[in-house]
Amino acid sequence: MTEPRMIEISPVTRVEGHGKVTIHLNAENEVDEARLHIVEFRGFERFIRGRLMWEVPVIVQRLCGICPVSHHLAAAKAMDMIAGVDQLTPTGEKMRRLMHYGQVMQSHVLHFFHLAAPDLLFGFGAPAEKRNIFEVLKEQPELGKRAVLMRKYGQEIIEATAGKKVHGTGAIPGGINRNLPLERRDHFLSNVDEMIEWCLDAVKLARDYTLENEDLVSEFGSFPSNYMSIVRESDGALDLYHGSLRALSSTGDKIFDQVPYTKYHELIVEDVRSWSYMKFPFIKELGPDVGWYRVGPLARMNTASFIDTPLADAAHKELRAVTSGTPNNSTLANHWARMIEVLHCVEKIRELLHDPDLQGTDLIAKGDRREEGIGVIEAPRGNLIHHYKVDENDQVTYCNLIVSTTHNNEGMNRAVKDVAIKHLSGKEQITEGLLNHVEVAVRAYDPCLSCATHALGQMPLQVELFNAEGGLVDRRSQCI
Amino acid sequence: MSGTEKETGFTFTIDGVEIKAHAGQTVMEAADAAGVYIPRLCDHEGLRHQGSCRVCTVKAGGRSVAACTQPAAPGQAVENETPHLTKMRRDLVEMLFHEGNHLCPICEASGNCELQAMAYRLDMTEATKFPYLEPCRALDASHPDIALDTNRCISCGRCIRASQDVDGKGVFGYVGRGIHRRVAVNGENLADTDAQVSDHAMSSEVCPVGCIIRKRVGFAVPIGEREFDKGLIGHEIEEKRK
Repeated sequence: MTEPRMIEISPVTRVEGHGKVTIHLNAENEVDEARLHIVEFRGFERFIRGRLMWEVPVIVQRLCGICPVSHHLAAAKAMDMIAGVDQLTPTGEKMRRLMHYGQVMQSHVLHFFHLAAPDLLFGFGAPAEKRNIFEVLKEQPELGKRAVLMRKYGQEIIEATAGKKVHGTGAIPGGINRNLPLERRDHFLSNVDEMIEWCLDAVKLARDYTLENEDLVSEFGSFPSNYMSIVRESDGALDLYHGSLRALSSTGDKIFDQVPYTKYHELIVEDVRSWSYMKFPFIKELGPDVGWYRVGPLARMNTASFIDTPLADAAHKELRAVTSGTPNNSTLANHWARMIEVLHCVEKIRELLHDPDLQGTDLIAKGDRREEGIGVIEAPRGNLIHHYKVDENDQVTYCNLIVSTTHNNEGMNRAVKDVAIKHLSGKEQITEGLLNHVEVAVRAYDPCLSCATHALGQMPLQVELFNAEGGLVDRRSQCI
Repeated sequence: MSGTEKETGFTFTIDGVEIKAHAGQTVMEAADAAGVYIPRLCDHEGLRHQGSCRVCTVKAGGRSVAACTQPAAPGQAVENETPHLTKMRRDLVEMLFHEGNHLCPICEASGNCELQAMAYRLDMTEATKFPYLEPCRALDASHPDIALDTNRCISCGRCIRASQDVDGKGVFGYVGRGIHRRVAVNGENLADTDAQVSDHAMSSEVCPVGCIIRKRVGFAVPIGEREFDKGLIGHEIEEKRK
């Protein structure tokens, strides 16, 4: 028997933002409690107040450097509503969709190949110096090259639609400020088929990993939960840019469906806990104990009735077949879902590139001004809600943001605890490799901790070990 | 220009380049006509010269003078682009950045902003020399078509001169002294004045930064098509010599 201890993993690495994990061990070295703490604070919801409404999509995207397009578009959708525009021009909507598909593609590729692949290829307990993208490039140069070039393709799509690869200005209230010149279109068309081939290989890689490691995947941070996303209004298809809210239980029963996202606040409330700057949303009618839910790629695979691009739809059906059509609860299956979405995005990009509306010149729609706007989008990491009120002088008076990582807060905490109990309990020596198991569980959600707290701060996450009396016994920090 | 004035033409040099001028011209006017660019912020075509920003400071006869107000003189040797003057201009521009709240990444004037463009021209790669004053100035969005974000004001006074001399109104004026001097509206707020969106003082060409804003325009002009995406500030003057 030993003294009770607390382990602190700080910072958690290969995630976006700054957070730490604390694990409390009792005298028998069993895990009593494990939590993911988000330790940064930024306050965008407050300092955006007073700014002018058309500045908002450009300001709030600074929440993040990886998925700024998601914030840019969610805010722009909210501002469309305030500008009285319920329907964009075809060019406006298609250019925005193109931007979004480029964004989801590059973000998912970044996560899978650069952040998660070292764990999947070399093992969760591999030496720390092995678990990075440079080792992936060394051991699998073709895979590494594709990772870089696929991300480049997505980034260039963003640049062509927003003006810059990071933090552009494309979406404006009521539309878009540019169309796609033919020479840019032809450039993207010249290698879009190769991108699709690479996406198919990536889907296969993620699928094979999931199926070949079925025992691990089915138990590692896996637990039943509710799932939520927007789905296409007409038929429940996967739609990353626009749709209505759908939530399913862990067995696939509908909790709500086809609810306009402007009613999100009637469905979701946010809980606050003392040990984290990140809120804990839950479905109002179910309450905080059972009403928590997960969002993101796997949640979308669970909620979407089908995918409207053929190759991704076939992959979706294969993923759904693993759980006989019921929701897949395996945290690690997020990687497979993520690659299916990359394939879907590139199929959509190809479809759009053949659409002459992208060269249209009717860029902005106008309407009768409103005081309140809500924009919801499926960001790479999951559902993203932006809600604003604007006064008669065009100044923002209210802002509420619920980002994907916040939706997933309870799920990530449960995953951390599940993995800590299964892999750390009863062990006298807690090695760095064992602690990485906890990080792998967090990483599977591809959390963006900066977005989640709308916060200022440095990037990385830490694991803390507490004794039975709550005293800090040990702390492990990792640097990127 | 009368025939007599033309006859009084003379030459002087800027950095060794011979410049033709005539009586009554300032150093800057003669330089502009000859295709030699002298950096400036408070001076603007069509407005009376003020000589307050000092970015156009040149050396003439061993003295530092404002090129926008200094009369050109026969045989004068003017220094413009020397390392000393460029450094001094860069310091002045850097101080303007530190005096206000100039957040280029989220400013709708980015790409059209003369202050930003001047910083690029003067190679101000990082603003770290002076302490940020971080003033707290409320945004005035009271007018239905115009907003004022004085966080970005550099007190050039171009709007004051345009309103008084061109529009005949006096919407703006200076208040305070020394470092506290700033441009203010003559009223409780802009809606309290007779400002109109058609006023010359409200045009984007008069305000060199993102202080006077036409509402609901924002980022309608995409990145790549903004004024200084075409070239460094002053390039249109320098192209006259090519």
